[in-house]
Amino acid sequence: MMEKMIFGRYLPMESFVHRMDPRAKLVVITLFIGVIFLANNLLTYGILVLFTFASIFASKIPIKFLLNGLSFLFWIILFTFFLHIFFTREGDVIFTFGWIKIYEHGLQQAIFISLRFFLLVLITSLLTLTTSPIDITDGMESLLNPLKKLRFPVHELALMMSIALRFIPTLMDETDKILKAQMARGVNFSEGSLKKRAQSVVPLLIPLFISAFKRAEELAIAMEARGYRGGEGRTKYRLLKWKGMDTLAALLVILLGGLLYVFRS
Amino acid sequence: MEITTKNLAYTYQANTPFEHRAIYDINVSIASNSYTAIIGHTGSGKSTLLQHLNGLLQPTAGEIQIGDTIISSEKKQKKLREIRRRVGIVFQFPEHQLFEETVEKDICFGPMNFGVPMEEAKKKAKEVILQVGLSEDILEKSPFDLSGGQMRRVAIAGVLAMNPNVLVLDEPTAGLDPRGRTEIMTMFDKLRKEQGISIVLVTHSMEDASLYADHIIVMHKGTVYKQGTPHDIFSNPKELIDLGLDVPETVRFQLKLEEKIGKRIADPSLSLQDLVKNIQHFFERGNGL
Ligand SMILES: Nc1ncnc2c1ncn2[C@@H]1O[C@H](COP(=O)(O)OP(=O)(O)OP(=O)(O)O)[C@@H](O)[C@H]1O
Ligand SMILES: [Mg+2]
Repeated sequence: MMEKMIFGRYLPMESFVHRMDPRAKLVVITLFIGVIFLANNLLTYGILVLFTFASIFASKIPIKFLLNGLSFLFWIILFTFFLHIFFTREGDVIFTFGWIKIYEHGLQQAIFISLRFFLLVLITSLLTLTTSPIDITDGMESLLNPLKKLRFPVHELALMMSIALRFIPTLMDETDKILKAQMARGVNFSEGSLKKRAQSVVPLLIPLFISAFKRAEELAIAMEARGYRGGEGRTKYRLLKWKGMDTLAALLVILLGGLLYVFRS
Repeated sequence: MEITTKNLAYTYQANTPFEHRAIYDINVSIASNSYTAIIGHTGSGKSTLLQHLNGLLQPTAGEIQIGDTIISSEKKQKKLREIRRRVGIVFQFPEHQLFEETVEKDICFGPMNFGVPMEEAKKKAKEVILQVGLSEDILEKSPFDLSGGQMRRVAIAGVLAMNPNVLVLDEPTAGLDPRGRTEIMTMFDKLRKEQGISIVLVTHSMEDASLYADHIIVMHKGTVYKQGTPHDIFSNPKELIDLGLDVPETVRFQLKLEEKIGKRIADPSLSLQDLVKNIQHFFERGNGL
């Protein structure tokens, strides 16, 4: 069941998007999140969809896999859709069924906002799918570096993030193992009353917490044993390299923003 | 209770780019009151196979019959409860599954999940704690105050308390001291002889496999490479060595000795006593050096 989740997973492959500097990808995404709010009509949303699918194409991630992995979002999107369709009361009424009235603007809003949400998730999944966690944190740290002057703990934040990202798969595996061990002892996680099911989480959570704390302690000791003393004066083994195509990608998003600005109504 | 697989296969994360075929074409059978050892390299699919034995994993192809129940790739299986009770699995490093406040409660957890009343479960706990070689006063302690070896035994006791017909063990002695190993291995042997429990043991120790098992399954790259009695398996030690697997040290010793004197002594010796006897016979037959 956890196997299908693609949220936060990295799919190592060889493509234009995979080769991009993680900083460029972060910049592109940040800009994209800003730009997406410019769209407000058919044409501008069309351009956004085109851009998103062109990015997916350039990353060589199989579209079917991406959509399958995001299927759990379907319900959230559906919920947003209905929320807007029922609660926006502007424009002409285009459909009446008993007490339900659907307005023209409502329908439009529902479609546009769900689409916007969907595109955002697609683009951000593309980031984690094409960039290794280490690269994401390195990029983040490098982009946030100017904040160090304001005494913002950039290095610590990046370290926390990379450790968290590093241990997500480990914790997932661990969960899977303990789940199976307790199922072998007769726990049924998917049947019974709500109270029973809530109780059945205890044999899962306690071992999980214990092993997580143990791991954290071991990691801290291992880091200290190898001379870790915080970020002061620390150099990097892996250097990021901003290439021509990274500038190009950033310019593309700016161009996208320009286009949307011109064509929005 | 008998367990039989037919062309069993399992693919992790099927239909995604992460798809990974862990095992395929597995045809094995585990007879009642037998002792089966599964050996093979790390990653050869031993643990994956084990998880089919009580329906934790559903095959992605082929089928497995456990007692009267058939689990196949096609339909969703419902009645797994009884199977889970009758086939007890002790996973690798089972001490990670302990969670209760006291050892007694943790041991009672399994049986009570299967509907055994508390009093009866407690009685059973007293019984199994002795079986795994611990004393009764440990029942009141917290499982987290125990040593690693004691925790391992408590975890095994927790599975034994369910009264399984088949006991499946995934490297139960990994990380234990030599004496602890022998004690635990002897205990499993006794369980089979005295209570008729079938044992399925995954191990990296060829000595254990040759000493205790009556049937050995050699896994290689996700499928069964060879199976048979310890005698069959170790009769051609070079083959196993070529696979990158070990052979019992008695077999290895005999092989070296035979190479040195350039003569065949006897069939591979599976225990120290055998080895001594075979060498004695060899020289008594007038084979001087
Ligand atoms: N949850 C999982 N998801 C994906 N692949 C897995 C998973 N568990 C195991 N595998 C893969 O399946 C293959 C067989 O693994 P398995 O754990 O069955 O090997 P094993 O023979 O038990 O090894 P070991 O001796 O190290 O315990 C390995 O290649 C492993 O990477
Ligand atoms: Mg294993």
